[in-house]
Amino acid sequence: MEKTLNGIISSALDGDRRSLGRLLSYLEEDPIKTSIIINKLISRSGKGHVIGITGIPGSGKSTLISKLITSYRREGYKIAVVAVDPTSPYSQGALLGDRLRMQEHATDPNVFIRSVSTRGLKGGLSLAALAMIEVFDAMGYDKIFIESVGVGQADVDIMYTAHTLLVVTMPGVGDEIQALKAGVMEIGDIYVLNKSDKPEAARTYEYLDFAIESGELRPKGDWTPKIVKTSAIMGKGISDLIKNIDEHYNYLVKSGLYQEKVLIRRKFMLKLLIEKIFLDKLDNMYLENKLPDIGESEDLYKVAREVIREIANQI
Amino acid sequence: MERTSDILKGKRIKVLVAKLGLDGHDRGAKVVARALKDAGMEVIYTGIRQTPEMVVEAAMQEDVDVIGVSILSGAHLSLMERLMKLLKENKMNDIPVFLGGTIPLPDIPKLKELGIDEIFLPGTPLHTIVEYTVKAANRRRK
Repeated sequence: MEKTLNGIISSALDGDRRSLGRLLSYLEEDPIKTSIIINKLISRSGKGHVIGITGIPGSGKSTLISKLITSYRREGYKIAVVAVDPTSPYSQGALLGDRLRMQEHATDPNVFIRSVSTRGLKGGLSLAALAMIEVFDAMGYDKIFIESVGVGQADVDIMYTAHTLLVVTMPGVGDEIQALKAGVMEIGDIYVLNKSDKPEAARTYEYLDFAIESGELRPKGDWTPKIVKTSAIMGKGISDLIKNIDEHYNYLVKSGLYQEKVLIRRKFMLKLLIEKIFLDKLDNMYLENKLPDIGESEDLYKVAREVIREIANQI
Repeated sequence: MERTSDILKGKRIKVLVAKLGLDGHDRGAKVVARALKDAGMEVIYTGIRQTPEMVVEAAMQEDVDVIGVSILSGAHLSLMERLMKLLKENKMNDIPVFLGGTIPLPDIPKLKELGIDEIFLPGTPLHTIVEYTVKAANRRRK
């Protein structure tokens, strides 16, 4: 028997993990259901500490999260993970493998891990991922990790999503100029040099240090970005990383930025919702061959505006 | 072949592929995972040395449509009995489970009796597994 959406929400709130799993699936299906779910839950959310993790593929993001979970579980926190992996542009399928690195927590009832694929988005975060954070927050999860796809320089959506953003890198991946480039190397609150047991770690650390010291463009407030050396597999540097994350948390709370970041995250979710509603309609029109033919004397901008109006009328 | 994503329109098929038990031979599981991905499904791969408890938890958190298990250790009867029991206890026995690996023919009726939906022996063409998975997911959703 299929439960109603309200029934599923209330049993998820009562701690039924299966209902929570199902509820998260609705967020991947359609924007209307997503809106209904968020409406019901948003008054309960806004407390959870959202920790974003981004960085190049293979830098050890998932393994790092797994170690952070171990530490936070010792302190009694309830943990959720939203792990994003890319969708294949060819088959639309995805191999979601982040969970594999976190399997030591698989049967801990206070850890909930959910994998999502980007589903065609260009490496950023989907509406579903943002909505999942909101739901986990409402369900009382204290630390919510969001692991983005390791696409590197362009992956800055996560900046609007997380309270505390970790950018993970590793030794031997480019020189000083690489570290100075715009994009992902400007957005971190904490830079993690993982696999720091490897040769070249000292040099990569220097590059990072130089890039961050000279990075005065970004309004950082009173927070100076930190660099932490870790070796996730060996469990080294994890307590130092936790200490820095906690310091950042305290800084956010004290400065009032904590609540501000919740509002920024929700505004970003709204933007993704609008995009999703609009683009779904546009895709349908295109696939059903309902977009107008272009005559030689046609004003393209005018045609585009007419199509936009037509879509707006359908919504 | 028609893409599964087209068949389901927005509701993409999610499959959990797991290696149950202590053998570390995961080539088969990885090949199947890749084939399902290439057919347009979202595949969660949890790696080797999984317990039935871990598989059930992963299936619950990920809300998967189908569970695929690979066992080459010979312990399939006891492992699958435990898995199917746990699925039932968690009211998740509506999720179709398929099993692949070195399964002796005389064990197949016993496994079917446990509620395992389909058993694939070595040499099964990948498209057979893909077609089965699409059908199983659709059957459950109806």
